[in-house]
Amino acid sequence: MPFLMAGDPDLKTSSEIMLKLEEKGADIIELGIPYSDPLADGPVIQLAASRALSGGTTPSGVFNMLSALKEKLSIPVIIFTYSNLLFNRGMECFCDEAAQAGAAGLVIPDLPIDEAEKLSPIAEARGLDLVLLVAPTTPEERMKRISMSSKGFTYLVSVTGVTGERSVLQERVGCLVKQIKECCTTPVAVGFGISDPKHVRQVRSWGADGAIVGSALVKRIFNSKPGHEVDEAGDFCLELREATG
Amino acid sequence: MTSTLPSQPKNVDLAVNARPTALGRFGRFGGQYVPETLMPALEELERAASEAWQDKAFNDELNQLLKNYVGRATPLYEAKRLTKHYGTSNGGPRIWLKREDLNHTGAHKINNALGQALLAIRMGKQRIIAETGAGQHGVATATVCARFGLKCVIYMGEEDMRRQALNVFRMRLLGATVQPVTNGTATLKDATSEAIRDWVTNVETTHYILGSVAGPHPYPMLVRDFHAVIGQETKEQCKHAFGRLPDVLLACVGGGSNAMGLFHPFIENTSVRMIGVEAAGDGIATGRHAATITEGRIGVLHGAMSLLLQDSDGQVQEAHSISAGLDYPGVGPEHSYLREIGRAEYVAITDKEALNALQLVSELEGIIPALETAHAFAWLENLCPTLKPGTEIVINCSGRGDKDVNTVAEKLGSKI
Repeated sequence: MPFLMAGDPDLKTSSEIMLKLEEKGADIIELGIPYSDPLADGPVIQLAASRALSGGTTPSGVFNMLSALKEKLSIPVIIFTYSNLLFNRGMECFCDEAAQAGAAGLVIPDLPIDEAEKLSPIAEARGLDLVLLVAPTTPEERMKRISMSSKGFTYLVSVTGVTGERSVLQERVGCLVKQIKECCTTPVAVGFGISDPKHVRQVRSWGADGAIVGSALVKRIFNSKPGHEVDEAGDFCLELREATG
Repeated sequence: MTSTLPSQPKNVDLAVNARPTALGRFGRFGGQYVPETLMPALEELERAASEAWQDKAFNDELNQLLKNYVGRATPLYEAKRLTKHYGTSNGGPRIWLKREDLNHTGAHKINNALGQALLAIRMGKQRIIAETGAGQHGVATATVCARFGLKCVIYMGEEDMRRQALNVFRMRLLGATVQPVTNGTATLKDATSEAIRDWVTNVETTHYILGSVAGPHPYPMLVRDFHAVIGQETKEQCKHAFGRLPDVLLACVGGGSNAMGLFHPFIENTSVRMIGVEAAGDGIATGRHAATITEGRIGVLHGAMSLLLQDSDGQVQEAHSISAGLDYPGVGPEHSYLREIGRAEYVAITDKEALNALQLVSELEGIIPALETAHAFAWLENLCPTLKPGTEIVINCSGRGDKDVNTVAEKLGSKI
């Protein structure tokens, strides 16, 4: 599952990248709507959000871009953004727009289960999966409660930390995958710090259903020669796809 | 102009146990909008704080340190020349200063830093992080970390490091690492975000000493409770000085910790009028200001729902103020609540008005207030003419202005 920041470098390129990711074997795309104060993000995604905002990217712009892709893109798109953008539009309105644009779900990293209770039925009524996150610090009972409530899949944060590439994955992630799998049938996707095919293989071997690659892809897109972003993203996605065997 | 009637909120529960509710809510404000990674730490902190307040040994140690290390109780000082300045032929209001500027490190901030450091020790955390704007909270935190031998990292926006170079040096002298923050506007908002990111990463070994009544629950309550000593002392001192409750409380509001500390013990005394003074920067109409309550809309910043300066899409806007400590686009959730239920009033003062007040108080009272504090003093210009003679006003003189001397000299066109 690749993550990209909508509007970095611009919405037209983002839309082309998404089609290319599908072609190269992505199962689900996580699409970031840029926010000014992304608390859960490390420097790579923070800077991508700043670039997207400086380029004039707005939630409406992202929804329009997504709507235009409806006929062409068949894999699900999950929106990744922060709670203030939802509250600012109103949760109902934001979910209406996201659903109409064809999004399949939402990941809101600053909305823990306790605060998600209001959003959950609103999202569900519009056919949007509200994906909840579990962290390595989450106690077992709470982890069960979260994975039972999470829709679509449970997003397992692989590190105590913000998004960004890591050289090694902590072994305890394997145990966490197992624990979540034991308590419910919702698929588990691991994210934060997954940055190369080796990590993807490792996450697979732990029994996770998905691996989310964000910062590494965002960086690859940013470092591409202008005009080569789409191909670079596609090549990287293929490398990751192949690692899933 | 605001009315002179005391605030009389209807049908709301002003009792302490309703502020916040068990869910960390002040009405519709507050809450915990943070990454999941932090949720167990917030629960741990809430538990530790509630156990600590029950523990006599904790209270004794805190009180002993407040007395002998911080220098409490701070005086309630009658500002006679300032009173005279605003007086008329038939009298005028009497102005009292709660001298938080006389605390060790020069501002109220140490009340909370000390309390939270003791809590961190109780929780077995040896590494402390904090954000700072004006540097007063950073200095207070660095100070208590030195006092207890805790490792200390302070996040500070690059722009604020320039404005508050003296405080940066003080923190380093106290053994703290000052980590410059360059993203965003390089001010308090970004320093806070960066401190939260550090906490997300090191939460198992680190305690985050948040410096205002902002952030996710339990911080707004915790920080308020450590500063409530300001209001408690004031209440006693007023009784002693003029035999009754004060009529008006006046304090500056950035995140709102000094105001909340002063207001808190008076909230159920509805005859006491409470006024928070925000920073209007270049003027509200210019859009370059930090008047969150005056101009903000409801939103989430740094883990709490409160009023917030934001654009039409919900992107957080840059705040502007001459005072680094007020230069913040958010405000503590309890202030938003007090405003919503009509229990407190909030007004705004421009950079220029604050500078004038700083000079006036310096010349009339021999007290150089911090630029933040000067905003509270500046409101006297508007307030005093509306008050009956004999009105007792208490201003929270929250910090001293030594740190601001360079900024003030620059603005007044003097070279140091």
